[in-house]
Amino acid sequence: MQFGIFTVGDVTPDPTTGRTPTEAERIKAMVAIALKAEEVGLDVFATGEHHNPPFVPSSPTTMLGYIAARTERLILSTSTTLITTNDPVKIAEDFAMLQHLADGRVDLMMGRGNTGPVYPWFGQDIRDGIQLAIENYALLRRLWREDVVDWEGKFRTPLQGFTSTPRPLDGVPPFVWHGSIRSPEIAEQAAYYGDGFFANHIFWPKEHFQRLIGLYRRRFEHYGHGSQDQAIVGLGGQVFMRKNSQDAVAEFRPYFDNAPVYGHGPSLEEFTAETPLTVGSPQQVIEKTLSFRETFGDYQRQLFLVDHAGLPLKSVLEQLDHLGEIVPVLRKEFDALRPAHVPDAPTHASLVAAATPDAEPLVPAEGTVR
Amino acid sequence: MTARRIAVVTAGLTQPSSTRLLGDQLAGAVRDVLAGQAVDAEIIAVELRDHAHDLTNHLLTGFPSASLRAVLDAVTGADAVIAVTPTFSASYSGLFKTFFDVLEDGALAGKPVLIAATGGTERHSLVLEYALRPLFAYLKAIVAPTGVYAATSDFGAAALRDRIDRAAAELTGLLGAAARAQAPDPYDDPVPFEQLLSS
Repeated sequence: MQFGIFTVGDVTPDPTTGRTPTEAERIKAMVAIALKAEEVGLDVFATGEHHNPPFVPSSPTTMLGYIAARTERLILSTSTTLITTNDPVKIAEDFAMLQHLADGRVDLMMGRGNTGPVYPWFGQDIRDGIQLAIENYALLRRLWREDVVDWEGKFRTPLQGFTSTPRPLDGVPPFVWHGSIRSPEIAEQAAYYGDGFFANHIFWPKEHFQRLIGLYRRRFEHYGHGSQDQAIVGLGGQVFMRKNSQDAVAEFRPYFDNAPVYGHGPSLEEFTAETPLTVGSPQQVIEKTLSFRETFGDYQRQLFLVDHAGLPLKSVLEQLDHLGEIVPVLRKEFDALRPAHVPDAPTHASLVAAATPDAEPLVPAEGTVR
Repeated sequence: MTARRIAVVTAGLTQPSSTRLLGDQLAGAVRDVLAGQAVDAEIIAVELRDHAHDLTNHLLTGFPSASLRAVLDAVTGADAVIAVTPTFSASYSGLFKTFFDVLEDGALAGKPVLIAATGGTERHSLVLEYALRPLFAYLKAIVAPTGVYAATSDFGAAALRDRIDRAAAELTGLLGAAARAQAPDPYDDPVPFEQLLSS
């Protein structure tokens, strides 16, 4: 099972000091958080993509490429890559380039974004959101899997004899997750292709996500990729830990009360009762995280949100130290509970192995036009 | 015949509330009409004041608390709704609107609704026609032709009783006619991907 963190990349004032970090500070903090994630033994760092203040990560592969150069094991991912408003040709190119630079430590999560005006800013119509996600991804898959693509669709200029370069590392495209919080169509899409499905369930009660993940699992089996419990599921999580749970609650409360998304709404106690948010001791986080498996079945990837709502970098790095302590426990517990036929999340190495069962050479013959 | 469930949604703020009083009178009248047809009525009274915080939280977080979810389910699952608001600034109150704002799309489609309002003076009586009726038309509810407006002075007038009885009879008549078309559940019955791909 993979554990990691995902960041929104928000620039939010620290409510306890009133200080807002600069964009430069926030960007460097995101990098520091990623490096720390590897240091404490996490598997994945994923960044959001946004094109408006107060968010900084508009250019995810630039940031991930930099992090790739400074890490050895960490899988670099996104949460999410906007499949609706990015040109699928550019996604194909950017992430193939990143794959080569990161020696395959790359996957990505498709999403439709949460800011309506991004559609018109990039020349699209929000009413086409689902159709954009479906058509653009269908093209992206072909660009990674076929050396020469002829293509014509509804949204993008046609392609004649187009080759996306660089070709995916070892001829194997990055593994793709599809993130959705409310669209059955996206669960259906993930199931159809046998891709991963990531449910960022951190802001809403579990019942809704049980239906969404249940749909994905049933349709994954329907499309012949394996049994329902072999479908590749990822979940969000949101934690703030201190050794003593009362300390965690006291320290996190002003951040909760003023947070974007849920601030000035329900109390911390109400919200933790209804959603995955866990504010307390490391042991409480372990128990809550293990409960996700009971709710959603065995799953492959757990990403925590730890760096939002204006929390200072120092506190975030301390959270990562705590995650470094509890993840080995979670790994052991989840592994012990997981049946043997339930797979791990695909990695570049596993996809290469699956693509070349008879170990044929990966490098094309000299002079081959690809 | 099984009992008919009638949800009475009232947005009065004071206790006791004349808005709630009007809602109770309308519900009682509907009960009497149904009793005349040998049909039981199960009245579900929802005072929005009790859920004001949860409604605001729902606006902010995008999900209802467990207790509000039970209320939303009860109202959307009822056979008919009696909706009563005080008149604030020449319209329905913000709390009243918030409740109908957080309902899922289509939750009231095809549902018989009786609209009613209270106000300090009878000068606001057309609030039913220019504010409430368009709202429920937008929500695709089937609104009874008679709405009931009660100014403070109406609570001493026999004419209010007549309007209540007429509206109750109309709502009850709509109960039989309302055959709600059940849209397919997108989670239980998803659109197959080939269809999404080709559309």
